[in-house]
Amino acid sequence: MTHFSHEIIQDSSDMNRVMTSDTTKSLIRRLIPQRWYAHVVLWIACFFIGFPLFYAMLVSTQNNAQTINFQVIPGESLERNWQSVMVDRNLGRYMVNSVILAVIVTVGKTVLSLLSGLAFVYFRFPGKWVVFGFVLITVMMPTELLIIALFRFVSIQLDWGGTFQALALPFMASATGTFLFRQHFANIPSELSEASQMDGANPLQFLFRVLIPISWNTIGALAVIQFVYVWNMYLWPLLIAPGGADNQVVQVGLRSLLSVDTSISYGPLMLGAVIASLPPVIVFILLQKQFMSGFAITRDK
Amino acid sequence: MISTESTNIIITLIPAIIGAIYFIALFMRLNRSPIIGAIIGAGAGGIGAMVFMVPLGYCTFEPERKPIDAYFGIFLITIGVFVMLGIARSASNFLFAGRSGSLIAHQSSAGTFKGWLMPWLLLSPTLIILALFLYYPAMDTFRLSTLLARLGTSRTIFVCVDNFTRLLQPENFTLQTVLFFIIAIQLFIASQNTLKDKDSVWAQFFRLSLILSNLFFFFFVVLALLLNSSYYRVVITTFSLSTAIVIFSLIISLGIAYMAYQPIRGGNIYRTLLIWPYAISPPVAGIIFFIIFNNTGGVANHIIRFLGGDGFDWKDTTMAPLTIILASVWKALGFSILFYIAGLQNVPKDLLEAAAIDGANVWQRFVRITIPMLSPITFFLIITNISYAFFDIFGTIDFLTGGSGGTNVMIYEIYNLGIRNNDLGKSAAQSLVLFMLVVGITYLQFRTTGRRVSYGA
Repeated sequence: MTHFSHEIIQDSSDMNRVMTSDTTKSLIRRLIPQRWYAHVVLWIACFFIGFPLFYAMLVSTQNNAQTINFQVIPGESLERNWQSVMVDRNLGRYMVNSVILAVIVTVGKTVLSLLSGLAFVYFRFPGKWVVFGFVLITVMMPTELLIIALFRFVSIQLDWGGTFQALALPFMASATGTFLFRQHFANIPSELSEASQMDGANPLQFLFRVLIPISWNTIGALAVIQFVYVWNMYLWPLLIAPGGADNQVVQVGLRSLLSVDTSISYGPLMLGAVIASLPPVIVFILLQKQFMSGFAITRDK
Repeated sequence: MISTESTNIIITLIPAIIGAIYFIALFMRLNRSPIIGAIIGAGAGGIGAMVFMVPLGYCTFEPERKPIDAYFGIFLITIGVFVMLGIARSASNFLFAGRSGSLIAHQSSAGTFKGWLMPWLLLSPTLIILALFLYYPAMDTFRLSTLLARLGTSRTIFVCVDNFTRLLQPENFTLQTVLFFIIAIQLFIASQNTLKDKDSVWAQFFRLSLILSNLFFFFFVVLALLLNSSYYRVVITTFSLSTAIVIFSLIISLGIAYMAYQPIRGGNIYRTLLIWPYAISPPVAGIIFFIIFNNTGGVANHIIRFLGGDGFDWKDTTMAPLTIILASVWKALGFSILFYIAGLQNVPKDLLEAAAIDGANVWQRFVRITIPMLSPITFFLIITNISYAFFDIFGTIDFLTGGSGGTNVMIYEIYNLGIRNNDLGKSAAQSLVLFMLVVGITYLQFRTTGRRVSYGA
């Protein structure tokens, strides 16, 4: 950036000459064509981004013949498709499992991250930086890379195959969450904890009465990131909870829709895809501001 | 037996000497005691050599092993020495500088609670879960990668580094050797890229040789592809798919974000309509695009035929990767748009106005101000998009192509080998190769672009 500002200074001698002609020109340019152009581009972008979902919704109301013949108006098979998705294939059960898993993991992760953030910011203890490094370095260890050994450990050594704790427990701890709350707490003035200590509050009272009430934005940020992440998990549930709807999540449950009849049934498959996408999309749209701020905090420093 | 013992000692001693020389030079330049430097360097080099070799029992250098195993052993030692010397260097800087590291500096004792047990109680759930479900499997992945192991039986056979060297197809031995040296040269050049003086002749020479050796690298990779070894093809597929996803998603999202960041009417509605696919899961993206690009009932062929074309076979080797790229870009776009919009809003207006006054046109302002100001965000987005293209793509591929038609990427191959073929050792070895790639790419990113990004005016 520095060399650029040098150029600006050097060229500022003929600044006045350019300015007079530019102000009138930019006024006209700014009012009409630029904005109009942006609207057109954004309309096209929204159309292409929305198209796959519109098409999925359209197909989910049709039967196979209508889809193959490229009918552009909705069909009347929505009820039949709903029947085959929700009753025959029991997608409702998968959805309930996904909701329970996503809520429990999100809450669990948030609570554990709050506790460890509290420990890192409001305590001094020997070995703190080693422990912090131990937690932080796990950012570099995505579960996908350890998936074979993790599978072997959980399914053979712990014998948890197909259980709920096998789906939930490995994801309860979070380096990102710990780091997020550490950064957040470190920016809170220390007078707050000094005052609480003078009032005789213990660390947990301080956390629940003082820190949490002023941290809802950060908690929301972590919660929305984690909710979307857990809802969209696929590889781990696929491995650890094979077969059956009892403890399986909806992302894997969609596989059962691939073989409704002997050939693919487009309608039920698309309806299932749309239903499975609604919860995370709604949560994400409602909490987009928190989502952004969560990433912004972890990215800075 | 005596000869192998002495080989092992020599193999440990040479890195120790190299480490000692490096640290003596480093410490003399920094006016520190060269003797302490020699001790630290020798220790770090020796430990670096042993870090992989002791668990393996120096098996790569046994006389009955193939030459490729010995090469791989040298490669492992090189990595270990590099890592240990790096750690020792930062540790010594830390110790000699007394206090450093912003992490510690801004932590004062003000407002901390008393008690030594409480922090450990607070941390224990997190630490136990991380140890059990991340650290233990990570260690086990290293152990498994040296074994012939199957689920269902507890019997395992130690196979040294066969799970790795088999990936390199021993029959193309000359090619292996050449590739190995090119990679070694590249690593050396990349390490030289950290030269302080960016404009010196040496730095320019190194930059040029980096480009040249990259060209050579690609040439040989293509050659390896022609010589038909299956694992190279998986690696190449992974690289080409992720490169395409990253490039398309960044360019398109920057273009859209540039239109959407300005305060226009309905800006919030546009933004919501643009970013929502982020919350769609990779498997669902796979399903929707599976139906769109279906050969019999898919809308894509309908539209192409309506426009007068013939329609494509979406399952063949040119079209299948394209559908994966489209589905992934569609899903990943929202995230990049969101961050580019935020980044564009932070580009200082006065800077753009000053440039406009100087007569810079829209394009010049975009290229010379906006893009450099966005570089930290681009950097962040490249890393997140790469990790998407390496890992999360599994769900999309599983539903869209099932790994057929030239879309078998590394994470899919790991799943196939480990779960479908029940070969845990090979699968674990490939996980480690992927891990090395991820770490390597992130490191190179930090080294090359990370230094040059502009962090605000």
